[in-house]
Amino acid sequence: MLVLSRKKEQSIMIGDNIELTIIEIQGDQVRIGINAPKNVSIFRKELFLEIQEENKRAAGSGKVDLNDILKNK
Amino acid sequence: MIIETKHFGEIEINEENILNFEEGIPGFEDTHRFGIVSSEDPESPFCWIQAIEKPELAFPLVDPFAIKKDYDFELKDEFINSLGIEGATQVAVFAIVVVPDDIKKMSMNLKAPIIVNTVNKKAAQTILDSDKYTVRHFILDEFQKQEV
Repeated sequence: MLVLSRKKEQSIMIGDNIELTIIEIQGDQVRIGINAPKNVSIFRKELFLEIQEENKRAAGSGKVDLNDILKNK
Repeated sequence: MIIETKHFGEIEINEENILNFEEGIPGFEDTHRFGIVSSEDPESPFCWIQAIEKPELAFPLVDPFAIKKDYDFELKDEFINSLGIEGATQVAVFAIVVVPDDIKKMSMNLKAPIIVNTVNKKAAQTILDSDKYTVRHFILDEFQKQEV
């Protein structure tokens, strides 16, 4: 992994059109501004992990007749 | 072709209908080909996708609009292009369902729907930008809300 040190208001460019800026540093929290083209997906890693986890739960689903559930609720 | 499955025994899959997840599904990145197993009831909003090469791997899916009529979202152009989608009529949307032991708590993931190009059968799970939806919407709750 490439590791760079940055101070407040300094930026990092990724390619030509993605810019990460350190907006604020407070204790152990960093606020980061991101400028990127609209077609680039940006999300917190936790969300990706959450989706992976949810998919694993889905794959563990037992075989049931799901249709009956809506009918007999 | 006939494939072996844990849930459904031996089933016949029409090869033309096999979905191709080029990037896999998060958590299952190395599995690409899935067959659709429809419900016996043609009215059912549920179906399963069964991994062709992995008998034990299947996901229950639901038509999210059948449960939540006002579900709506935008897809990024890049994502649309990656599936080769040319128009809304060739798009099918599914939500992955979790069926826990307490079946009344079954949920669907509206934050990350599965999008299928029904023409070339390319499919992918995408993550929506919108904060309106989460990975766990309880299906019975949503269904009842809609009926009121």
